[in-house]
Amino acid sequence: MDYFAGSYDIAVIGAGHAGCEAALAAARLGCSTIVFSINLDSIANMPCNPSIGGTAKGHLVREIDALGGQMGKTTDKTFIQSKILNSSKGPAVYSLRAQVDRRQYQMEMKHILETQENLDIRQAEVIEVLTDETGTSVTGVKTHTGAIFQCKAIVLTTGTYLQGKIFIGDVSYSGGPDGLFPANRLSESLQNIGIDLLRFKTGTPARLNKRSLDFSKMSEQPGDDIIVPFSFETEKIEKDQVPCWLTYTNTDTHEVIKKNIHRSPLYSGNITGIGPRYCPSIEDKVVRFSDKEHHQVFVEPMGIDTEEMYLQGMSSSLPEDVQVEFMRTIPGLENVKVMRSAYAIEYDGIDATQLKLSLEYKNIDGLFSAGQINGSSGYEEAAAQGIVAGINAAMKVQNRDPLILDRSQAYIGVLIDDLVTKGTKEPYRMMTSRAEYRLLLRQDNADLRLTTIGREIGLISEERYKNFIEKKEMIEIEIERLKNTYLPPSEAVLKYLESRNSTAIKSGIQVTELLRRPEISYESLSEVCELPDLPRAVREQVEVAVKYEGYIKRQMQQVEQYKKLEGRKIPQNIDYNQIQGLRLEARQKLSQIRPDSIGQASRITGVSPADISVLLIYLEQVNRKKN
Amino acid sequence: MHNEDTIAALSTPYGTGGIGVIRISGEKAFGTAAKIFKTSKAMEEIQSHTVTYGKIVDEESKDIVDEVLLLKMCKPNTFTREDVIEIHCHGGIVVINRVLELIFKNGVRPAEPGEFTKRAFLNGRIDLSQAEAIIDLINSKTVESSKAAVSHLEGRLSSRLKSIRETLVGLLAHIEVTVDYPEHDIEEITGEKVLENLINIKDELHTLAGTFERGKILREGLNIVIAGKPNVGKSSLLNQLSGSIKAIVTDIPGTTRDIIEEYVNIKGIPAKITDTAGIRSTQDIVEKIGVNKAYEAVEHADLTIVVLSAETGIEEEDIKILSLIKNKKALILINKTDLVDNNQIIEIKKQLEEYDTVLNASVINARGIEELETTIAELFIKGRISGNDEVLLTNSRHKYLVDRAIEDIQQALNSFNTGMPLDMVTIDIKSCADNIGQITGESIDEAVMHDIFSRFCIGK
Repeated sequence: MDYFAGSYDIAVIGAGHAGCEAALAAARLGCSTIVFSINLDSIANMPCNPSIGGTAKGHLVREIDALGGQMGKTTDKTFIQSKILNSSKGPAVYSLRAQVDRRQYQMEMKHILETQENLDIRQAEVIEVLTDETGTSVTGVKTHTGAIFQCKAIVLTTGTYLQGKIFIGDVSYSGGPDGLFPANRLSESLQNIGIDLLRFKTGTPARLNKRSLDFSKMSEQPGDDIIVPFSFETEKIEKDQVPCWLTYTNTDTHEVIKKNIHRSPLYSGNITGIGPRYCPSIEDKVVRFSDKEHHQVFVEPMGIDTEEMYLQGMSSSLPEDVQVEFMRTIPGLENVKVMRSAYAIEYDGIDATQLKLSLEYKNIDGLFSAGQINGSSGYEEAAAQGIVAGINAAMKVQNRDPLILDRSQAYIGVLIDDLVTKGTKEPYRMMTSRAEYRLLLRQDNADLRLTTIGREIGLISEERYKNFIEKKEMIEIEIERLKNTYLPPSEAVLKYLESRNSTAIKSGIQVTELLRRPEISYESLSEVCELPDLPRAVREQVEVAVKYEGYIKRQMQQVEQYKKLEGRKIPQNIDYNQIQGLRLEARQKLSQIRPDSIGQASRITGVSPADISVLLIYLEQVNRKKN
Repeated sequence: MHNEDTIAALSTPYGTGGIGVIRISGEKAFGTAAKIFKTSKAMEEIQSHTVTYGKIVDEESKDIVDEVLLLKMCKPNTFTREDVIEIHCHGGIVVINRVLELIFKNGVRPAEPGEFTKRAFLNGRIDLSQAEAIIDLINSKTVESSKAAVSHLEGRLSSRLKSIRETLVGLLAHIEVTVDYPEHDIEEITGEKVLENLINIKDELHTLAGTFERGKILREGLNIVIAGKPNVGKSSLLNQLSGSIKAIVTDIPGTTRDIIEEYVNIKGIPAKITDTAGIRSTQDIVEKIGVNKAYEAVEHADLTIVVLSAETGIEEEDIKILSLIKNKKALILINKTDLVDNNQIIEIKKQLEEYDTVLNASVINARGIEELETTIAELFIKGRISGNDEVLLTNSRHKYLVDRAIEDIQQALNSFNTGMPLDMVTIDIKSCADNIGQITGESIDEAVMHDIFSRFCIGK
């Protein structure tokens, strides 16, 4: 029988990476919050790769941190290997990636949630979203045990649980990720309140027992010597790191796969969900890139206190016997003992164009959603949406303006704008190439971009903010100092230049001018001029700002143009069918997406520049009629 | 568009009128004008709403392009409520195009159809009733470009640009995939490889930009020459096609002693029609010069219309003229068909069997003009007289975008040379692909993603 179980400001459904950030943000902003999970031992679980960060994803983690989120801090505490990817490339694409101890990460995150003021945790399957009579505003949630929780706002962070279906070869069954129960009843409730659902698909490779692997046949992949923390608040970290290992598939592997391809549900047509192009299964790779003789396979530890190893590059939905057969052809895996088989999972998500940029549903007041349910892929993408949805649920409850980050401010802005404006048919992965202003959106300056915003929202402490302002000032002062410092063509300077294969100077030169040369680093300048003792993060900012000034300026000009269009807001009550001169396709798309601004409208597929002109003129007409 | 770029366009009708007025509107209007307009005063010293005499000078070649009157108008008391410059040019269409090009070289972009009016409206300058008209104008652009003649040429252009764009997308995808998937065993694209590709594209774009310089058909118009012996009705034909009386028409042979040019629009195809002096052996020195000029005009024509008289039939002089158009693009118009009976026309036609296109007309009665115009348009569309299969840049907006694309590549090359990392140079390559994409109407973002996923093997 149903019963009244309590009243909260905000209910978060699901405690994965999106749910954790949402719940923490809401509670930290002073809202009484409850977070539900089907199984509390799966809070902040990593059912796929045991790592956080990577290209673009590392950027997201740093942005979450700058806004006052948790992911970066928990990663810093629980990682077992740390690496900067792309260190040979430009600073815009340096990316931090850490292998984490999966179980430790979960325990750490669960404990943070448990000790968070204003936050309650409940093990339950939510089966219904409750609304008022009109169905346009949420009032609460109901669990499978009949408990009714009243609330003012809900954040849906259901991950891959909604009507989850597992595929292992010709075997398929109803199930959630990592052997957990699926959530089979909530989908219907969502459809009943008018939400359009889509079916997505993803997969994960096998987990192996370390004792059965021969690492002498693989190459070792160690972490970096110098560890850069994710969180801007984490001081220096020193710890022992655990290596990963690299091996390769070969023609034998591919033969086994080709021979059995008909047994894959992807090829037999049993899976209807759309899988990500960037995460092909091994059978996909073998079929689509048939001329490639080897594919990389990374073997990654799942943690310190476990022998389980993750097999990156070998995601598959082939039957278990085939999996074992092809794995045994790989050097080092000849005697492999599988602990968990690779599987594919299909699940319900929503068409994210039903959301506003705040991640609130356009037609249902107080309902937000974040993470894989919105069509994204990855822990970091989920967490990034989670913190925004959590903040905005709190803003809603507190009658404050929502937090909307734009494409020039953060990868988070790019991510949400892409999902909400264009929608996605396959799970969406963040990539640096999706960010048109990526030189400005570096991982090293996430704090400079977002700390002030985090402070205004209320997730950044007084002390942290003070430190941040200090850092900012140090950067500005040092750049100014370098601009006003000149080096003469003295013997010492010429010798220094020669030693770096740099062109000699004939007259005095501004230090910033010199620093722009690719062969001259900030650190090395200490040989010819005095450098103040500054923290690493400050030196980094100074160097990037000076070295890439030209490009940074160009991108800032582009951003200026972009901002003009973003600044032209479109009233929400606009009726696109009333606008003469708009093409039919544009009318339909605009009515469906209901963009916030002219800028957002211009990014909708199917809306042409001519349509935008017509829209501008219409808005001006309306404006004048008003006056 | 719909941002605050500075824009310019010819504001008077194309190809007619004694003067042409170019209008520039936006923040950079005065700065740009100052770079190309030479007079005794500096631009800042010129008072608002006054006219100044001066010369348009091409800084690079130091050529004086035209003598002009310049009208400076400071915002907000202008049509668009932005800073506005009007340049009153005196030269013909070729000169006007050169002036426009100089303007576009200096940070101004070509205005979209109706854009001045749109700005005027958006900036609160004109009233509501006019808004509808602007929308029509904006939408008319699509109608305009769907015209067969234009789309034919643009089709060829975009297929050429498509291959350039594909190369750029391929380069971007290759750079991006190694950035976004650093640990995958994908061969890093080398700077040299990128460099090589970019230099090739730059050369190709340069060639393309050059076709605009040479000033071809759609811009200056199809170069049509009317030839024929005296008094067959050449000048009447010119007047019929242009709808005005420019050439003096009398029945005294040799009235047209010089060459008369007229810009007209034949079924949407701009054309420059040249009326030549009647070609005959003559002792009159002045007339002789005219005849020589006529020979020359035929030599350079995209299309020659040889006018014969049904009344006189084919005479020796006609045969001489017909010999001029051997192996050239031409059509033959038998005029004055109203003065003879059908048999005579059939007789004449028999003698012209070797020529593809022979038409009848009575120019003075405006008969056969429609058919002539249709035939010219068809010939043109089928490519028979659009020169060769050369890809042409005909639209000044396209030229502007190609020029920007070249600048982007130059910037990319410079960056390479100063040792910038490849992922930084993608900013320039993207910008280049974007500029080209604005011509072909395709955005590159999704294309690069698609290329990454289809060409490279990546995943978990």
